[in-house]
Amino acid sequence: MMWQQEDYTISSVPAYLAKRLGYYAVLLLAAVCLSYLLASLALDPRAYYAGRQPPIPAASVNHHLTEIGVNDHDPLLSRFLHWAGHAVRGDLGQTIDGTSVNAEFGRRLGVSLRLLLAGTVLGTVAGVLAGAWTAVRQYRLSDRAVTVASFALLSTPVFLLAILLKTGAIWFNQSTGTDLIQFTGERSPGLTGGFWTILKDRSVHLLLPTLSVALFAVASYSRYQRNTMLDVLGSDYLRTARAKGLGRRTVLLKHGLRTALIPMSTYFSYGFLALFTGATFTETIFGWHGMGEWFIDSIGKNDVSSVVAVNVFAAVTVLLSGFLADLLHAALDPRIRQAS
Amino acid sequence: MSTTPLLEVAGLDVDFDGRPAVRELGLTLRRGEVLGLVGESGSGKSATALAVLGLLPGNAAVRGSVRLDGTELLGLPERELTRIRGRRVSMVFQDPLSAFTPVYRLGDQIAEAVRAHQDVSRERAAERAVELLDLVGIPEPALRARSFPHEFSGGMRQRAMIAMAMANDPDLILADEPTTALDVTIQAQVLDVLRTARQATGAALLLVSHDLGVIAGTADRVAVMRDGRVVEQGTVDDVFRRPREPYTRELLAAVPRLDATRRPRPGSGEPVLRVRGLTRTFPVLKGTAFRRRVGTVYAVDGVDLEVRRGETLALVGESGSGKSTTLFELLELARPEGGSIELFGQQPGTLGKAAARALRRRIQIVFQDPMASLDPRMPVGDIVAEPLRTQGAGRAAAGRRVRELLAQVGLDPADAERYPHEFSGGQRQRIGIARALSVEPELLVLDEPVSALDVSVQAGVLELLQRLKDELGLAYLFVSHDLSVVRNIADRVSVMYLGRTVEAGPVDEVFAAPRHPYTQALLSAVPLPDPELERKRTRILLAGDPPSPTRRYEGCRFRGRCPLYAELAEQERKRCAVDVPVFEGDGVACHFPRVRSVV
Amino acid sequence: MSTALETPPEGLEPQGPEKAVPDKAPAGRGTVVLRRFLRDRTALAGAVVLLLLFLLAFAGPYVTPWSYSHIDYTALRAAPSADHWWGTNRIGQDVFAQTVRGLQKSLVIGLLVAVLATGLASLVGACAGYFGGWTDRLLMFFVDLLLVFPSFLVIAIISPRLRSGGWFAFVGLLAVFGWMITARVVRSMTLSLKEREFVRAARFMGVGPFRIIWRHILPNIASFLIIDATIQVGGAVMSETALSYFGFGVQPPDVSLGTLIASGTSAAVTYPWMFFFAAGLLVLFVLAVNLVGDGLRDALDPTARRGTR
Repeated sequence: MMWQQEDYTISSVPAYLAKRLGYYAVLLLAAVCLSYLLASLALDPRAYYAGRQPPIPAASVNHHLTEIGVNDHDPLLSRFLHWAGHAVRGDLGQTIDGTSVNAEFGRRLGVSLRLLLAGTVLGTVAGVLAGAWTAVRQYRLSDRAVTVASFALLSTPVFLLAILLKTGAIWFNQSTGTDLIQFTGERSPGLTGGFWTILKDRSVHLLLPTLSVALFAVASYSRYQRNTMLDVLGSDYLRTARAKGLGRRTVLLKHGLRTALIPMSTYFSYGFLALFTGATFTETIFGWHGMGEWFIDSIGKNDVSSVVAVNVFAAVTVLLSGFLADLLHAALDPRIRQAS
Repeated sequence: MSTTPLLEVAGLDVDFDGRPAVRELGLTLRRGEVLGLVGESGSGKSATALAVLGLLPGNAAVRGSVRLDGTELLGLPERELTRIRGRRVSMVFQDPLSAFTPVYRLGDQIAEAVRAHQDVSRERAAERAVELLDLVGIPEPALRARSFPHEFSGGMRQRAMIAMAMANDPDLILADEPTTALDVTIQAQVLDVLRTARQATGAALLLVSHDLGVIAGTADRVAVMRDGRVVEQGTVDDVFRRPREPYTRELLAAVPRLDATRRPRPGSGEPVLRVRGLTRTFPVLKGTAFRRRVGTVYAVDGVDLEVRRGETLALVGESGSGKSTTLFELLELARPEGGSIELFGQQPGTLGKAAARALRRRIQIVFQDPMASLDPRMPVGDIVAEPLRTQGAGRAAAGRRVRELLAQVGLDPADAERYPHEFSGGQRQRIGIARALSVEPELLVLDEPVSALDVSVQAGVLELLQRLKDELGLAYLFVSHDLSVVRNIADRVSVMYLGRTVEAGPVDEVFAAPRHPYTQALLSAVPLPDPELERKRTRILLAGDPPSPTRRYEGCRFRGRCPLYAELAEQERKRCAVDVPVFEGDGVACHFPRVRSVV
Repeated sequence: MSTALETPPEGLEPQGPEKAVPDKAPAGRGTVVLRRFLRDRTALAGAVVLLLLFLLAFAGPYVTPWSYSHIDYTALRAAPSADHWWGTNRIGQDVFAQTVRGLQKSLVIGLLVAVLATGLASLVGACAGYFGGWTDRLLMFFVDLLLVFPSFLVIAIISPRLRSGGWFAFVGLLAVFGWMITARVVRSMTLSLKEREFVRAARFMGVGPFRIIWRHILPNIASFLIIDATIQVGGAVMSETALSYFGFGVQPPDVSLGTLIASGTSAAVTYPWMFFFAAGLLVLFVLAVNLVGDGLRDALDPTARRGTR
């Protein structure tokens, strides 16, 4: 992925990927430890209990904080070791309300992944196609239109876009007199029915959040893909492909786009970072109870363990997408696969 | 057979964004004939070749007529052109690395060309690709067909390119500078393969080149281009022997010739540079997070040089022979990894800071590519002043000196405020020379200073170098792969093969009577711009590519490709295999040196 | 050999002998670049607009009687008038006072974050690329670590603690988490520049490494750096807005252009003055930065085609 891509002196693909995995593991470890320390230092769990009516006695607050391992009277190192000791066994501790972080994690993981996966896949594919298409039609009307649209999208804050989509949906529902588009939560509460009913309900709920995630992906990937495609369009090997008598479609797709995809693998991993951040807003605005919403809530509650858990999730997804980008890069580019 | 010419181009005009590139061009090419299209950069020769197949980029406008066997190609719909491309007319491009799609195997790319025009199965096309690779002399073709373009050497890629062009038995092959990026010995191989390709397919060949020597040895007829027009056309013998146009005459006169008769003037007195047994290795690394050394590149492995005051020593060898590494080792002014360097009697790497800086002033370099070696974002004045400022000169003093220097190399002092891209290639090289001269060096290292320039511009720069040397009493270490240029500027010559000096001596003696078989092969591969002489010469074709410098060789490292080795007796061969031939003074590193005249 | 064929100089006007050369040192790069920039009218216009915006932002509060936080209960949602020049918002705050206050914040945040982030990126990227080896490995590990660390999350955690440190600390945070990708690009560009002959030429002349980075490497990636910085300006204003939306950035009663736009969006149709002044100034700001950036890039890049944009 993004890290140290220039190293082509590698023995074989499995060895290369193993090295990358090792590097990511070190990164992950460092990132998780740092985020624990950061969260512990910056957040003040005691504040969560302050100002309650009736006031909670200091002793019982202390007792509770110690119980969930975030009492700031204990030394930071011992708190960290306690947390880390559980974490290596797969236990991410307790939330500030005393429930299991793991359980909450499991509940919210699926929600976030559903949102991100659909949006990412859709946005990536559409972005790549739009970029390639506009590159071939450089400076024509369609190219200019897509360019302007993507710049407009890229300079709109995520939450603003989400709000606009929501407003649009309300207007649409009102003017058609239906409630076709749903924009709160993942499904209609209390709905029962067969498989198709549930599927349809899920889909209409998924529509807007997916769109708001995907639109950003489309906007940014189409820019990158247009650039890499333009580089390739002027290349000697496309001329060779034409000179040997291949048709225009084969030349553009098989020789052009195929090669122009290679540098994109780097962008895919960068892009995931941005998408993840964007999803935090999307979830909150559309009322999806995913990781992003949990994160915002936990900061408000000064909930150390939950905040760290979300950071772990974010780091793992980013590294995982990086690893996938590595795989993709190795699959696309024979120069990286070469055995020396 | 009909009497219509195979290719007839008439009144061809090509404009790029409204700027004319080709004007009223007319050419005819009969079946099986080789037409050489010769001209300097910007003369429109490549645009002509591309226009024939409709392969010009979108900003080009084409008018006129291009007839193939009487059929008009200009204005033909893309679909029909596609049927002609690669089947009746195919093309060989200049830079074979960028001309192959990097992500597909070479065999597949050739098979794709077969299947584009022939209704055969995938398997049959793959077989045909292997046959074609075999035909162009690629060893183990079935195995090599599975290689990717970057795994091939330049010469091998160009062979594969020719194989692809032959795939559908075309009537016409267009070759656009097919050997320009290659070394002379590899160039000789590729020209040989092109000949094979023509025999196998009976195709006519339009050979586009700037190299009059290549044209003289290959073409039947020649067309000379200048500023988008054909200025002269005729049989090679006529044009080379009795050129009618003044431009053709000047062009022929400007070409440096291997068989020139200039007398060198080797210097005397103390050498300014003395190198003995220089070695430099680079590790071959593997792994990303934890790198480990898995091998060694012996880039320079025993180089001996001696340059005296006021003389020009030419260092020649093919790419990968270690010429550039040798230079960079000298200029780093560090203690060499192995062997010894002596500059003006001092040993770099043992000096203090002030002494090292003083030594730095006395040796300067001029690079090969004048565009690449001048910072494009710096005004010329700042570029020329940089060595001076580094030596501690003040802004005002440096400014005055810059104006002087620009005048000295034949530029306008007012050019100091312009940027490098505003100058032509020859002028840029003059800027590079001015920069090197700014601190009044005594030894100038010239790394291929004219190989990026057209012959006519080359002549001007070489003349300037000659004049400066006489005026300032400089010594030159002149690195070049172009033996014709070397013959015309150097006093002595030193030949390298695979990181090692193999032969040295006064340039006239070495060229007239080369003793090392590699020197002989190298000299014989250089084409002469004289069709008659070219036909009489016998070329010593070396087999294959130079071996890998990652191995340490027992005995003589040239024996694997040595034409002489094959003729030796058993006992003599044993000596070549075991003993490393020693090089000394103006000598030759060969156990069985035999003089052979090849020019 | 003859020089008769030496091609005529390309792109040079014929220079007659009457063109006398003044007897002084030729202008250095700084002077040449400045001269080229001043000759570029659009860039100059951008610079002037930027200056005017600063003037408006910092002189504005002194020309209006209203403070940005004062609530005028007699004028709720009032249209622009002699009293409230740009009208008032929902709760009766003066839109002009709020907008210039917001402009102050956004100008400083946008420009400072961009300059800091791009500066940091070029320093780290160029050093990693130029020196290579362990310097490279350490710096890049650090960069990767910051990348894995979701920057938004970290800012969200830290910024509430920094409220006492003021929003300059916030600017610092936005910059610290906005430079890594740029640094990686700078590094790879440096790697290829390092192999270029003009850098090698400088080395062989004895020019020191930092001087080479400053004089040869950075000017040659200036186009990228400038484009990146102009994008960062918009990006910083947007990140600030997004964070503020969740209560992590600029907090009420304080305002920025972003928070004004966010709260005015829903009223854009009914009470346009609450939305359009802030939005218009933001667009003007980003536009001016882009014009200046373009001009600077063209001034630094001698091959730039003028008037083709």
